[in-house]
Amino acid sequence: MSAVQCVKVYVPRDAAALALGAESVATAIAAEARKRGIEIELVRNGSRGMFWLEPLVEVATRGGRIAYAPVKTADVTGLFDAKFLDGGAHALRVGAVAEIAYLKQQDRLTFARVGVIDPLSVEDYIAHGGYRGLTRALAMAPGEIVQQVTDSGLRGRGGAAFPAGIKWKTVLDTTSTQKYIVCNADEGDSGTFSDRMLMEGDPLCLIEGMTIAGAAVDATQGYIYLRSEYPHAYRALNAAIANAYTAGWLGTDIRGSGKRFDLEVRLGAGAYICGEETSLLDSLEGKRGQVRFKPPLPAIKGLFGQPTVINNVITLASVPIILYRAAEYYRDYGVGRSRGTLPIQLAGNLKHTGLVEKAFGVTLRELLYDYGGGSWSGRPIRAVQVGGPLGAYMPEAQFDTMLDYEAFAAVGAMLGHGGIVAFDDSVDMAEQARYAMEFCAVESCGKCTPCRIGSTRGVETIDKIRRGERVTENIAVVEDLCNTMKFGSLCALGGFTPYPVMSALKHFKEDFGPLPTHLEAAE
Amino acid sequence: MKHAQPRIASIQSADLPESQRAAVLRAIEAHRERPGALLPILHAVQDALGYVPQESLSLIAHELNLTRAEVHGVVSFYHHFRSSPPGRHIVRLCRAEACQALGARALEAHAKKTLGIDFHETTGDGAITLEPVYCLGNCGCGPSLLIDSDKLHARVTPQVFDALVQQARAES
Ligand SMILES: Cc1cc2nc3c(=O)[nH]c(=O)nc-3n(C[C@H](O)[C@H](O)[C@H](O)COP(=O)(O)O)c2cc1C
Ligand code: SF4
Ligand code: FES
Repeated sequence: MSAVQCVKVYVPRDAAALALGAESVATAIAAEARKRGIEIELVRNGSRGMFWLEPLVEVATRGGRIAYAPVKTADVTGLFDAKFLDGGAHALRVGAVAEIAYLKQQDRLTFARVGVIDPLSVEDYIAHGGYRGLTRALAMAPGEIVQQVTDSGLRGRGGAAFPAGIKWKTVLDTTSTQKYIVCNADEGDSGTFSDRMLMEGDPLCLIEGMTIAGAAVDATQGYIYLRSEYPHAYRALNAAIANAYTAGWLGTDIRGSGKRFDLEVRLGAGAYICGEETSLLDSLEGKRGQVRFKPPLPAIKGLFGQPTVINNVITLASVPIILYRAAEYYRDYGVGRSRGTLPIQLAGNLKHTGLVEKAFGVTLRELLYDYGGGSWSGRPIRAVQVGGPLGAYMPEAQFDTMLDYEAFAAVGAMLGHGGIVAFDDSVDMAEQARYAMEFCAVESCGKCTPCRIGSTRGVETIDKIRRGERVTENIAVVEDLCNTMKFGSLCALGGFTPYPVMSALKHFKEDFGPLPTHLEAAE
Repeated sequence: MKHAQPRIASIQSADLPESQRAAVLRAIEAHRERPGALLPILHAVQDALGYVPQESLSLIAHELNLTRAEVHGVVSFYHHFRSSPPGRHIVRLCRAEACQALGARALEAHAKKTLGIDFHETTGDGAITLEPVYCLGNCGCGPSLLIDSDKLHARVTPQVFDALVQQARAES
């Protein structure tokens, strides 16, 4: 056996792939190989992010990695019969993975290794460009690292799009002896899963990004605050952290640099508001996750009262390539003030849902039709919600909007964490508006009256509208409530819930009426 | 209970059965030295017992130098923590937008009707507790649901739901 290298077969362990049956496929492949006396190396990679093809099985052949998809357990014997280990012909053979248009046309910088490598192997990580960024950073002064991040134009990917370099500079300039790096892995927005895919498919990339952040601001302790709904990511992160410690990439004296960085994962407990940074910090401290007044900024007085860098998973995972390839390389992607790439998540009623990392500037229409392939149901796409439950509903007339923070703001929408949820024409937009209010009521931290009470009143009022009761007056009540929430809320949960509600009213008014004539007559 | 300190033993939590008490003490001992220990402790208690018994709050509070009201405030704030025992299996149904776009509302109605329960309730045979969840990160292949700690399912039609429930019921 020694002369012949055994064939590598990749079956994703990504949660979405598992939900579509990847585990039993992996088991069946291993069993069939054993039965036939063939030695294979089964690698459990992340997902390439093409969900209609999951479970997507890849074989490393002399001619590159060949995909078969979507594979069911029942297909496994047939695949062996067709000599898929040599890339043989089969009805499920998709061909060279790298040539699939959906992937080939992307700009995979942050996601370069996701689906490619063994997520838990430090060796594989390094073989694919990992730890180059940290190695460079360790040779720099903290201020130089921060400067690279500033020059790259990287803005926070968690939603608010605040320049990462400015935040880091604020923390660097404090004199505290204890500072923290906190990763916001709460990913609560519906329609988003890029954090999850990265943490499952390339956790070392996040670990490296956080370690660079530590070196940049002189912080020695990091926490990843992970939502409890992500059990697979939890396992992947803990395993990767343990492997990084063993290999000397975490802990005291990282790779002989004299720098220290310790890292730990903490679980949330099912509260959307804990994605808001100050609420998250309270939760990490073991308290109720209530939003804090700002100032003080977390950068000055954050976790346990100490200066804290808090960034989203994708923000931190984009840092290694910036340090490795230099700021200009990253900055040269994108448009306007939106530099670099965005891992976009295509979700909801689309044929080709998945992860599309593209330079800013691609249009919503290209994403929905060229990548997304139109609706899953085959019916016309009527509305699209971008940026999670606090994002506006966009009608067809806005589909040519470019993915760019400022372009979205200009049409009253929000890019947020880059989740795109498509609805076909069976959607009832009054029902969607009602849900937005209901979600706010369920998840409110309770600190502000407009958010806590206003949202419940919003649900009741929209119910009246849907029953046809005094539609015109009740629409005015909803508009009023939205205004109160927008201006009387401490954070964006209460403050932005009006966006989905008002956009539904504005662009899809027909779903909120018209007032039935018999009622009009009665008035 | 080797690791239980005498002062711990002196706290009266008469209503907490001995086996539960031991589990709570183990959870406390495993995490008490960590900064912000309360959430990790509550997770450990729930992982061990399936819920966080009301009768355990005084013990946790005492050990962390908090008031019982503070601990209660934290437990009740987070949707994840339960204060009563669940059924043998917990089915978490995603209610969020991306799943709505693929039929989650119809699935929710079907689930409640066939199980004969509402959210946060348990079937009469004690097999299934139904909980809502707001996104499972599986938004490209909804409707999604999660059974117990990590069994995630995609594209759950009413028929798939029935099969999953039947399977869970059979699994003791
Ligand atoms: C209600 C609410 C929920 C949020 N949820 C998240 C979240 O799940 N993940 C995240 O990264 N940021 C979330 N944010 C944004 C954070 O408050 C904060 O801006 C972010 O963690 C900063 O990191 P970044 O600059 O890298 O984006 C949320 C904000 C609000 C108001
Ligand atoms: S707006 Fe809502 S969630 Fe935000 S601080 Fe106020 S009450 Fe809490
Ligand atoms: S919206 Fe249901 S899994 Fe995300």
